[in-house]
Amino acid sequence: MKQDIILAGVGGQGILSIAYVIDNAALAEGLFFKQAEVHGMARRGGAVQSHMRLSNDAIWSDLIPKGEADMILSVEPLEALRYFEYLRPGGIVVTSSTPYRNIPDYPDIDRVLEAVRKAPRCVVVDSEKLAREAGTVRAQNIVLLGAAAASLILKDASLLLTIDALFRGRGATVLEANLKAYELGKKAALGA
Amino acid sequence: MSRQILLGDEAIALGAVHAGLSAGYSYPGTPASEIMEYLIRLAGETKAFTAVWSVNEKVAYEEALGASFAGKRALVSFKHVGLNVAADPFMNSAVTGANGGLLVVSADDPGMHSSQNEQDSRYYVQFAQIFAYEPSDHQEAYDMAREAFDVSERFGLPVLMRLVTRLAHSRSPVEIREPRGPNELRTGAAKDWTLLPVNARRRFALLLDRQPEMVRFSEESPFNVLKLNASDRSLGVIASGVGYNYFREAMKGEAALPSFLKVSTYPLPEGLIRKLVGHVDAVLVVEDGYPFIERQLKGFFGIAGKTVLGKLSGVFPVTGELSPDNVRRALGRDPLPAVAASVLPLSGRPPQLCVGCSHADTFKALNKALENYSGSNVFSDIGCYTLGALPPYNAVQTGVCMGASVSMARGASDVGLHPAVSVIGDSTFAHSGITPLLGAAHADTNMTVIVLDNATTAMTGGQPSYGTGERLLRIIEGVGVPKEHIRTIEPLPKNHEKNIQVIKEEIEHRGLSVIVAVRECVQEQRKKRS
Repeated sequence: MKQDIILAGVGGQGILSIAYVIDNAALAEGLFFKQAEVHGMARRGGAVQSHMRLSNDAIWSDLIPKGEADMILSVEPLEALRYFEYLRPGGIVVTSSTPYRNIPDYPDIDRVLEAVRKAPRCVVVDSEKLAREAGTVRAQNIVLLGAAAASLILKDASLLLTIDALFRGRGATVLEANLKAYELGKKAALGA
Repeated sequence: MSRQILLGDEAIALGAVHAGLSAGYSYPGTPASEIMEYLIRLAGETKAFTAVWSVNEKVAYEEALGASFAGKRALVSFKHVGLNVAADPFMNSAVTGANGGLLVVSADDPGMHSSQNEQDSRYYVQFAQIFAYEPSDHQEAYDMAREAFDVSERFGLPVLMRLVTRLAHSRSPVEIREPRGPNELRTGAAKDWTLLPVNARRRFALLLDRQPEMVRFSEESPFNVLKLNASDRSLGVIASGVGYNYFREAMKGEAALPSFLKVSTYPLPEGLIRKLVGHVDAVLVVEDGYPFIERQLKGFFGIAGKTVLGKLSGVFPVTGELSPDNVRRALGRDPLPAVAASVLPLSGRPPQLCVGCSHADTFKALNKALENYSGSNVFSDIGCYTLGALPPYNAVQTGVCMGASVSMARGASDVGLHPAVSVIGDSTFAHSGITPLLGAAHADTNMTVIVLDNATTAMTGGQPSYGTGERLLRIIEGVGVPKEHIRTIEPLPKNHEKNIQVIKEEIEHRGLSVIVAVRECVQEQRKKRS
C-alpha cells in the first residue's frame, strides 16, 4: 500500500498545515513517509507545492516521479493544473474552486475549472464558502483536507486527532471552526 | 528509542545535540535556517547548550571555532554561499585543527530555489582537505551528525556535512538514540592554533600527512555501500546523497540492481571506486550539484576501456537539480505513464513582496525621486527587497552577495556615476554593510545608502536583526556619516511625497548620505498579533 500526493497552493494558504496533519496521522499509523516542501523565497505569495509520500515500505525518493502521484490536493485551482503530469492514469485531483488572484494574467476561472475536470477523477469544492460557513475563511486548507479524506489511505480518526492537536493550542473557536471545516469538506466531496 | 518527525535540517541539529553539543552558531539562509531554528528551540527547552544567530557566517564560524578550542563540541551552519563568507576561518581551521569536535554544515541549493548560484560545497572540502559526510536521508543526517563529532576529535580537524535543499526541507520520521553528555573545558595547543608561518608550515604538513588515513577511514565507513552484480558487468552506478535515492527509486520493481557504490563520505573512498570501476564496462555517476565525482573519475584522459557517464558526458543536464525523472531516463528506463500536462497556458506565480510591505513604499518613492536622472544605478542586496528588481517596481539593478550594495555603490561613485544608490536591509547591513560604509564615510563618497529597517531578517522567516532602530542610527553615526545627512523616513503611502523629497535632497548632496526607512515587517507584525 502506498499513496503519493502533490500538495499545492499559494504561499500563505496553509499547505504546510495540511502536510503537518497528514505527516502526524501517518506517524500514528506506523507508515513510512517522506514529505518534501518549499521554504524561503517561494513562500512570498508564490506557487507552493509539497511532495507527500506514504507507504507500508521504505521510501527512496523525497520527490514523486512523474506518473506516480495518486492525488493532487490543491487549495487553488490554477495551482492544481501545474502538476498534472505527475498524476498517474486514474489519479484524482481534489481542489478548491476559489481562485487566488495575485497575478495580472490569471486566466478565466471557467477555463481553469474546465481544465481541472479533464483529470481522470476530480473533486472540486467551494472552499471559500465552506470555510466561511465553518467560521473562518482561513480554514480553506482544512476544508480541502476533508474533501480528500475519503480518498486518503489514512484513517479518519488519525486525521481528526492531529487536527485536534494542531489547533487545540489556538483556542476553542479556532479548533471548532477547523473541525467543522473538515466535516464540511468531507460532506461536499460526497456530493461533488 | 522513539521516532520523531524531523526535517533533514532538524535531524542534523538533533544529531549534534545528542552528540553532546555545547554551542551552535549560524546566520540565516535558505535552505539551512531550520538547523539553527531547531537548535534554538531545543536550547530554550533544555538550557543544556548555547544556540544563537550570529551577525554573519564568518563570525559564526569563528565563534564555533573558539568553542572547539575551549574543548567543547560546536556546530556552525549556513547555506552554501555562507561558506564563502566564512571561507577565511574555514580554510585556516583545517590548518589549526579542532580541539572539541567541530561540525560545519553547509546546505547547497542545486536548482537555485533561493540562491544566487549552485556552488558545490564538496569543492571546499577538497580545498581544505578535511573529512566530510553527505547524507541521503533523514536517518543518515542524524546518525552522521552524531558520528561527525567523534571523527572531528579523532582527526583533530573540523568535519563538514554537505546536504542539498531536497533533504534539508524534507520531513520524515527518524529513530533517535540515547544522548551523550558534553565535553569538559580543555584548552591547549597554542603552537597549533597560532598560525605564524613557523607553526603553519608544521601544521599544514601534518594535515597533508593525514590524508591517506582519511581516505582509509572513508573506505571503511559503513555509510559507503558497494554492491557488485556478478552476472551483469555492463553498467555500474556511483551515486551520492539524494542521487542515491533517485537511483533506487528508478530501479523499483526490477529483479536485479546493477553494481553500485553509494558514496556518503569524502575524501572519496578510492579503493571502493576502483573495485566498482574494475567490475564494469560503463560507470554512471549520479550526484546532485557539480560533477565533482565524475570529474575526478575522468581526469583529463578518461579511463581506458571504460565509459564514464554523467553531467560531463551529457547524460544529465549540467545545471539544475537531479530528479527521479532525469535519473530514471539516465538509467535507460522508459518514463512512467502519466496524465497529460494541462494545455491551458499556466501563468507563473513568482514570489513577490507581501501586501502592505514597507519596501514597496520605499521603492515607489525611490523610483519617483530618480525619474529625472538618466544613468543612475540602484545597487541592491540580499533580502526580500531583491524582489524590487521585478515588476511592478523594477527599482533595483543589482543583487550579488551580502553587503555588496554599499561597496559597489562606492566603486561606481568613485568612477563618476551619479546617482549611486545602495539599498540594503537592516540585517544585511549588520552582516557586512557596516565595513564598506566605514570606508565610504572616511572618503565622504558621493552616494546615497538607503537602509531598509524592518527590524528583522524577513526573507528567511523573521530571525533577529542586531542593527535596528536606535542602535542602527548610532552605528551609522558612529562610522562617521555626517549627522545632517542621516535621514529617517517612514515608508507609508501617506508619506509618499515627503519621502520623495528626502531622497531627492540626499541624492543632490554631493557626499555620503544614509537614509533609514523605518517600518516593521508586516509578517512580523502579524505574528505578534496572533
